[in-house]
Amino acid sequence: MTLTKRLFLGLAASSALATLPISAVAQDWQPTRPVDFTIMAGAGGGADQIARFVQSVVEANDMMNRPLIPTNRGGGSGAEALLHLKDARDPDHTLMVTLNSFYTTPIRQEGLGVDIETFTPITMMGVDPFVLWVHTDSGITTFDEYLAAVREMGGEYVMGGTGSGQEDSIVIAYMSGVYDLDINYIPYDGGGAVARDLAGQQIMATVNNPAEANGFYEAGDFVPLLAFSDERMEAYPDVPTIRELGHDFSYYNQRAIVGAPGMSDEAAAYYREVFGQVYEGEDWQNYLKSESLSPLPMDEAETRAYWSTQVENHRELLSKIDG
Amino acid sequence: MEVFSLIVDGVATAVQPINLMLIVVGVAVGLFIGAMPGLGSVNGVAILLPVTFLVPPASAIIFLAAIYYGAMYGGAISSVTLGIPGASTAVATTFDGRPLALQGRASLALVTAALASFVGGTVATVFFSLFAPLLADVALSFGPPEIFALMLLAFATFVGLGGDDIPKTIFSICFGLVLATVGFDTISGEPRLVLFDIQGFLRGIGFIVLAIGVYGIGEMLWTIEQTRGDVTTTNPKMTAKGLLSDTKESVRRGWKGTWIGSVLGFFVGVLPAAGATPGSLMAYGVAKMTSRKPEEYGTGSPDGVAAPEAANNSASTGSMLPMLTLGIPGSPTTAILLGGMVMWGLTPGPRLFVDESEFVWGLIGSFYISNLVAVLINLAFIPLFVWMLRMPFTILAPLIFVLSIIGGFAATRSMHDIWLIVIFGISAFFMRKFDYPLAPAVLAIVLGPIAEPTLRQSLLLSSGDPMIFFTRPIAAPITVIALILILWPAVKLVRRKRQVVNG
Repeated sequence: MTLTKRLFLGLAASSALATLPISAVAQDWQPTRPVDFTIMAGAGGGADQIARFVQSVVEANDMMNRPLIPTNRGGGSGAEALLHLKDARDPDHTLMVTLNSFYTTPIRQEGLGVDIETFTPITMMGVDPFVLWVHTDSGITTFDEYLAAVREMGGEYVMGGTGSGQEDSIVIAYMSGVYDLDINYIPYDGGGAVARDLAGQQIMATVNNPAEANGFYEAGDFVPLLAFSDERMEAYPDVPTIRELGHDFSYYNQRAIVGAPGMSDEAAAYYREVFGQVYEGEDWQNYLKSESLSPLPMDEAETRAYWSTQVENHRELLSKIDG
Repeated sequence: MEVFSLIVDGVATAVQPINLMLIVVGVAVGLFIGAMPGLGSVNGVAILLPVTFLVPPASAIIFLAAIYYGAMYGGAISSVTLGIPGASTAVATTFDGRPLALQGRASLALVTAALASFVGGTVATVFFSLFAPLLADVALSFGPPEIFALMLLAFATFVGLGGDDIPKTIFSICFGLVLATVGFDTISGEPRLVLFDIQGFLRGIGFIVLAIGVYGIGEMLWTIEQTRGDVTTTNPKMTAKGLLSDTKESVRRGWKGTWIGSVLGFFVGVLPAAGATPGSLMAYGVAKMTSRKPEEYGTGSPDGVAAPEAANNSASTGSMLPMLTLGIPGSPTTAILLGGMVMWGLTPGPRLFVDESEFVWGLIGSFYISNLVAVLINLAFIPLFVWMLRMPFTILAPLIFVLSIIGGFAATRSMHDIWLIVIFGISAFFMRKFDYPLAPAVLAIVLGPIAEPTLRQSLLLSSGDPMIFFTRPIAAPITVIALILILWPAVKLVRRKRQVVNG
């Protein structure tokens, strides 16, 4: 009896292996039910686009034996998603696509009791740099002209962003601090809305990810003035970085996939294999290029170290904003 | 004209066998997804997005747009037959569609919905074809003050005209507005009104949760209480002749609502952030306001079905415009479509019409075809949906209850929402018992999340000066009209009192 069962299982396993793509070979663990693919932002934003792109690559290449189910849990600036992962009933089947509210929300809302260092690093898909944009009709073409315009308006210069404590507000707060600028900051509920209102000149400047501004840039509506990346960006070779201007600062949006706290090592290894392949695939590499994301591959230990420095950095940056 | 040859090319693309097949399948799938309470075009498009990687981009978006269209048609079906809005866009359709069904005129309501949807969708597509780039500029000229003024106008069309008790209407609106503020505050970046520290409230209270609670559970409790389970709807009959006479009647009694909905819906849809749901509610309000017999609304007026249905189809076409020309989604569904386009390697935005002309005009061509296919499929299925109404209430009631719960869960996958649906259902029952109108609360929870941030953004822009709503060229007239509408009942009241005193 035992023999037959074992034989049967063995046969089943070998036939499964035969039909699976090479990726799954040598994996002991496989998902046994659909995988919760939580997105810590609403539908249509950058993180959402990335999650659905990744899902489609996995789907199109048949890389997993169970589907990824993307679910937007953007409430409370990602708090909803963080709690969902923290309290996940089945950590082996719970993943999340992040942005930087991964760092900022637990700091700003300590009552949540979320410690992101307990989360499981899976794959760093890339980091999204920030750029300062103005509308072409403003006539401003350099950062110096921008500074002059802001100072001349004396507090009436209107910039839009995704809200206090969000990524772009951190960048704007830093820039205002070092250049002593007085900016009227209007919060919006998403990067797309911010770009739209810059296009309609409801606001005068924004700090946005290239993905959200590129369409308008290509049409000649937006002018990039300053990049907050470590080096000049390939897409805008003439745009200086704030580092070149003598300020030791850069800021990126993290586009990563993380697992719930308490995910087993076998499951984590499986997902790292799958999303590692997505990362290396042609589709994702083209996406990185077209959306001006920077690659930042890291293994598990590097990611953990990166997280703790990011938490420290954000604590410091936020304390400056919140005063 | 160049535009016409482009449209002809576009239609030719859309009727290629593979595209035509995708349109038919998409419309049929959308129709059923839309008809399921809780599931709307957002869910349909999101679920089927990965499927589209099997076909070229132009076919993929045609497929998704067909689902979007089908869902807009389908939303009306459960609004009419079950009294639960099949999708958020079809809420206003229940106001008159449900009474018609209870009078045994479900087929009239469904035919009207189908025809109005067809006209709305087609009118919007014509506008779209002719004026796309121009309208994109108009959309951009709507900043926070303009959007807020528009939301004010939407509220005004409801308050200023109610034959209902005005204080109770205002209470109901305030109740909805409070619910709309639950969750996360965009402006301060802080959570607020997280009731009892229950984490589920961080996400806020979804519109669909309130709508299913109020119209699904609440309506059912109400019916049970009123009839003691002995529901006697006039037995709906369905014959070809009946269908024809319904068609004639709906044309005669619904044309006005259809035109108002078609035109208004399109312009509201084009505005970023608004989308089809506010569009359909506003169309209902305006149709009632301009009607010679406003008292008919809410009791089964074909115009009251036609206006929101024409508007939601028209607005869904309209909301494609900012998505394609500016890369900005006008509704949650177009946000997902936008994500899809990025995946297919297209860059939505000002360059798309130039760089990907064939894609864009193929899509526009498919709008025409999808509309035609949708109205035909929809009319063909009407007998089936009317037949559903013949089910005894003892079967229908539990079915509605189950559909409500499943629909509520499917949308967000959260038990928290299920409990809210039950609570809202019971509260709605008691509000009705005490004659509080429910529609204004539903309107408030739809418009509140748009009105509140835009009000605060506007005041930030003007450093706190409310004159910003009266000095901007587009915002000013809209604000003034809205204020007149809000104050109108008060003026009428004073006049009447004076007449009484004088007499």
